[in-house]
Amino acid sequence: MKQLKIFSVPYLVWMLVFILVPLIMVAYFAFRTADGQWTIQNISDVGQYANIFVRSIWLALLATVICLVVAYPLAYALSRMEKHKQSTMLLIVMLPMWMNFLLRTYAWMTLLGNNGIINNLLGMIGLGPYKLINTSGAVVLGMVYNYLPFMILPLYSVMEKIDKSVIEAASDLGCNSRRVITRVVVPLSLPGITSGITMVFVPAISTFIISRMLGGGSNLLIGDLIEMQFLGNSYNPHLGAAISLVLMVIILLIMTVMNQFSPDDQVLI
Amino acid sequence: MDNIVSLKNIVVEFEDGEQILKNISLDIKDKEFVTFLGPSGCGKTTTLRIIAGFLEPTSGDVMFEGKRINDLPPHKRNVNTVFQRYALFPHLNVYENIAFGLRVKNVPEKEILKRVGEMLELVNLKGFEKRSVNRLSGGQQQRVAIARALVNHPKVLLLDEPLGALDLKLRKEMQTELRKIQQALELTFVYVTHDQEEALTMSDTVVVMNNGVIQQVGSPTDIYNEPVNAFVADFIGESNIINGCMPQDCVVEFTGKRFECVDKGFAPNETVDVVIRPEDVKVIPAEKAKLTGIVESVVFKGVHYEMVVDGVDHKWMIHSTKAEPVGAMIGMDFDPFDIHIMKKSEEG
Repeated sequence: MKQLKIFSVPYLVWMLVFILVPLIMVAYFAFRTADGQWTIQNISDVGQYANIFVRSIWLALLATVICLVVAYPLAYALSRMEKHKQSTMLLIVMLPMWMNFLLRTYAWMTLLGNNGIINNLLGMIGLGPYKLINTSGAVVLGMVYNYLPFMILPLYSVMEKIDKSVIEAASDLGCNSRRVITRVVVPLSLPGITSGITMVFVPAISTFIISRMLGGGSNLLIGDLIEMQFLGNSYNPHLGAAISLVLMVIILLIMTVMNQFSPDDQVLI
Repeated sequence: MDNIVSLKNIVVEFEDGEQILKNISLDIKDKEFVTFLGPSGCGKTTTLRIIAGFLEPTSGDVMFEGKRINDLPPHKRNVNTVFQRYALFPHLNVYENIAFGLRVKNVPEKEILKRVGEMLELVNLKGFEKRSVNRLSGGQQQRVAIARALVNHPKVLLLDEPLGALDLKLRKEMQTELRKIQQALELTFVYVTHDQEEALTMSDTVVVMNNGVIQQVGSPTDIYNEPVNAFVADFIGESNIINGCMPQDCVVEFTGKRFECVDKGFAPNETVDVVIRPEDVKVIPAEKAKLTGIVESVVFKGVHYEMVVDGVDHKWMIHSTKAEPVGAMIGMDFDPFDIHIMKKSEEG
């Protein structure tokens, strides 16, 4: 045990320098004014952006639910395939992730544009053009596309461990294929569901690239708001820190609720 | 007694053309304890999975109470399975595991309580209701698996090497217990094992399988005393199998000597397998014997000594309650009815 503790020192140092200290700095900035006074003004100022918070949570939630609905049957089918087919399919699932994130999102810009490929194709059969880009739908699409593998992988890795004979036992005991899923597969894959939701929801709620590129100016998210406070015209790092802090608390609350659905020994955070 | 399950010319073939079952036909009678016995890969588990409905035969018919059930999915069949590695639901406690089948069928809560209670009593697990199945010993998990299957009142219970993972003592206890349960509930049990002793102790009927073919069907006594070929003889208990020939009815010649036997109906001088159980070899003084050999090794086995005796053309395995010194010359003799004559099996 003693040797093991020594090996964890590099990570502990890393955590201290790059996670804990910045976190304290964020909190510190959030409660200071530009001229060095303690204040809660920044936190209360966050309130005026409530609509952006609501929109961010809503879009991230929507993207997470769509990811779950799409990924769940896929992951299940994947986990029940023969072993050598599984690795090929997994490769296909992972393939988009080998491409640069920005590039992938740029690709969607050209696809969805008013003169983009989709509208051109629709035009050929006499439809459209439709407004696809710069809508909240496009933002959700971007989130789903980019974060789907993060939903599939945890689901797959949990489902793959479900013994085939447990599933056979369920059908032996009278479950049709739908009931096998609801009574056995879903309860046994709960840890995968919760970690998948976390892996999608957290990056989705704080993204700023996807909303910037696919959402236009009218679909501002929290991520964009924070970025603007640090790099944009409305330079105000104290407000930015306050927004980050509030966002963190919101995510923490949502995750705590999520963990209520997870078995005791598999709590995520 | 009626047949409850009938298999008619069942063939199971994999995509690559490999045949797992080669034309199996078998009738299983109601309230019978039938055991499929054979080495691993002989097709016994495959046969069980066909009855359960997890596998559809490539050709042939599966009949249940006279009706063809080939296309019936597992959840609609009136059979339940006890799986090899238990396959309990890890997210449910003991009570909920046993209640599972009843809940699926929307049985009223009051009746579930009553029937699960009965089962817990039957398998001696009263007081374990709330226990997580992950915190049970192997033997207890096994009992839950049996209760979970039996609570549904299936007409046939399928058991796939259910005692394989238990230690010897527990296995013996469970064998007796399973047999008791089967007789008390008057159910048909179809049991799969590779352990010949287990098959002989528990069954009404033993089905010996090898390479996807049924070798012999019979009562344990028949199978042991009258094996139809050298494979069965060798697989069920230990045997001395010697090449021989039949010069005439009731006379067999092997290792150059002639012996009296009770078998008839072979062609003159037909070559045969001669099977003699190690416990049927009588040790007599060498000077009085037609057949002699030198004791090579003696191993104490508890009830008897196991001796290997080097004869002229054959190393004899002998079980005897008296040990002979290693290196001694002994004589061997056999009673006529202890010499079993078998047609040469095709595998040679």
